[in-house]
Amino acid sequence: MSLAESLDMRAGEGADVVLREATLLDPVAGIVGAHDIVVRDGRIAELAAAGSAEVEGAEVVEAAGLHAFPAFFDPHVHLRTPGHEHKEDIETGTRAAAAGGYCGVIAMANTEPPVSTAADVEALREAAREGASVPTGFLATVSKGMAGEELTEMAELREAGALGFSDDGLPIRSAGLLRRALQYQRLCGGTIALHEEDPALSGAGVMHEGEVSAALGLAGVPSVSESTMIARDAALAAYEDARIHVQHLSAAESVDAVRAARAAGVKISCEATPHHLCATDEEVRSLDAMRFKMNPPLRSESDRQALIEGLRDGSIDCIATDHAPHAREEKEVPFEGAAMGVTGLETAFAAIHTDLVVPGIIDLGLLVERLAGGAAPFGLERPSLAVGCEANVALCDLSTEWTVGEDGYESRSVNCWCAGRALTGRVVMTLAAGQVAFRLRSFSLGVAT
Amino acid sequence: MRHLLAIDQLTREEIEAILDRAESFAEVGRRDIKKVPTLRGRTIVSLFYESSTRTSSSFELAAKRLSADLVSVKSAGSSVDKGESLKDTVATLSAYDPAAIVIRHPHAGAAQLVAQWSEAAVVNAGDGKHEHPSQALLDVYTLRRRLDSLEGKRIWIVGDVLHSRVARSNLTAFRKMGAEVTVCGPPTLIPRGIEALGCDVAHSLDRLEEADVVYALRMQNERMAESFVPSIREYASHFQIDSRRLGPRQLLMHPGPVNRGVELSGEVIDSPQSLMTEQVASGLVVRMAILYELLATTGNRSEPASGSPQPVADEPTPIGQGQPA
Repeated sequence: MSLAESLDMRAGEGADVVLREATLLDPVAGIVGAHDIVVRDGRIAELAAAGSAEVEGAEVVEAAGLHAFPAFFDPHVHLRTPGHEHKEDIETGTRAAAAGGYCGVIAMANTEPPVSTAADVEALREAAREGASVPTGFLATVSKGMAGEELTEMAELREAGALGFSDDGLPIRSAGLLRRALQYQRLCGGTIALHEEDPALSGAGVMHEGEVSAALGLAGVPSVSESTMIARDAALAAYEDARIHVQHLSAAESVDAVRAARAAGVKISCEATPHHLCATDEEVRSLDAMRFKMNPPLRSESDRQALIEGLRDGSIDCIATDHAPHAREEKEVPFEGAAMGVTGLETAFAAIHTDLVVPGIIDLGLLVERLAGGAAPFGLERPSLAVGCEANVALCDLSTEWTVGEDGYESRSVNCWCAGRALTGRVVMTLAAGQVAFRLRSFSLGVAT
Repeated sequence: MRHLLAIDQLTREEIEAILDRAESFAEVGRRDIKKVPTLRGRTIVSLFYESSTRTSSSFELAAKRLSADLVSVKSAGSSVDKGESLKDTVATLSAYDPAAIVIRHPHAGAAQLVAQWSEAAVVNAGDGKHEHPSQALLDVYTLRRRLDSLEGKRIWIVGDVLHSRVARSNLTAFRKMGAEVTVCGPPTLIPRGIEALGCDVAHSLDRLEEADVVYALRMQNERMAESFVPSIREYASHFQIDSRRLGPRQLLMHPGPVNRGVELSGEVIDSPQSLMTEQVASGLVVRMAILYELLATTGNRSEPASGSPQPVADEPTPIGQGQPA
């Protein structure tokens, strides 16, 4: 099933568009080089030799010098609906996704109230059909109201269209409860996504425990708070032969824990965020909670290197933003009092391109592959440039430089972790599920970007 | 110096300039009339989100000795109590066009944020467990008076380093002044990674005799409930500074308030080696010097309001002994 069939978005016309003379890169499908991408009625109808495509009846986008990738898929975003629409809603959050080159997102369930009933899921799916710019899926909570005590009606939630389950924002403290959920997964399916953290170890921590927390006097979250829970949950998944997805890996020990579990045959996948791949706890010396306070926290340089290595060797399946919008007044406060979370949908590609691809630390192909790697762990079709596929394309200018936030954001919130940074490379157009979901204004006006 | 936010941001020369200035205020303090007109017509806001006796009273008295107009806001009973954000409170108080805002807040980075939001010079009077720079300056001042120089001196900071902003600011300040610092306490109360600040770590008082100065920190009762120490009794048996452990040539300091019988025994508090009363006295002159350095020295002086009746004095001149009062 295509993303459009599996997820919900606003109905629209399938695009008829030719991306002329684009440089294609789809490492999974093995498509490389300059082509005209011919999109008819929202599907990739043809990859013609560069400059040769029939363009009659189609919009022509002059894409010479631009790169076309399979659009990205983010398995971890917070759209804040219902209950926190002052931070974000489905419309603004999916506009941000489209601006970042995404053709699909999965929204977390830690809303107010949390997504714990079939009616909650149905209402969200309806809202996505009204206002989502890109296909949007919804997780339901593992525990009722995220209280960590009783299971939700998982089977009914699945029937209502929940893609899977997560208490993200909070760990599942009780191994017993998680075990029941993993058992129940055999009945209802659905990946269980886990925010891994031992609250007894995290305590009141607000940043990574290490030299920087010692210098700042901020309570630290030790790396082992995450890795010990991953080890526990991997053991439970092994015992129940269940399928788990570990969210936002931040520490070197966590990468090791996932590797060990995978080597032992556990059905485990995991993600890492752009901010954990690009930034470290050194940033927290600024005490800028707007950009650098999130959970899990930014960790040390050796942790960051371990994440990059995990991305390279396949231990980390995908890049997920954990896009977590918050209102200004929730972030413009002294560090301990500020809300946890940063936004990242609009900058994920550009930030990692700037920090890891341009300096030659990882290949462009690896970045593109991992940015779309978040679909498979949830049983969804990976976006592809292959002929016949639904058109999910991110068109990027790899050489343009821009300053994050200079022209505002599509997101309702401004707590972007790389706000103010100069980045190299930018998404200029996004096709999502066959529709034109985003055009960079300067690009669509025909101005050189 | 535009603000005093963290010891970390000061050079040794800047620290020494403040201490030298404090010496001149100490001289003023020995006169009958202790007030100087330096900051006349200028407003200082004291904004305390945490309880404080020493710091708030000495900053307030320092402002008054410099003839500033003082607005003192405590969180209890103010609009802060009614849920007003720090940013909004600062905006409100900024309407009085204060020359300086002295702020204490339970969270790190508060003073820095106020500095972003306000035109005033900002003095960090303690932000969370992060920094307490005026305490460090007064402690360095106190020690410098007694020892002439901290160069090569060995200072042990003993106790709950994890939860202490004083420990962090003092460690940095002592190091900048050339001292060697050891932090000592149970492993649960010494932050992981503290060595990166350039100190040694000890978990017992066995080598305490090597210290020239013993700086004891306050041990709070609630640490026991959080399992940082099994009991206050056990803590005291291992880490209390008493007459048995404190050698005759060692100096003793404590930021106050003291838990008698916990981190310090009664007899060492009252011993001649204790500098605790001098620390309090130093607090006043050092805080006068801080306000003076921020508000009255060249380069930091904001334009006097039109019709200002009194130009700012360049040197602290006692009332009645120079410019007309």
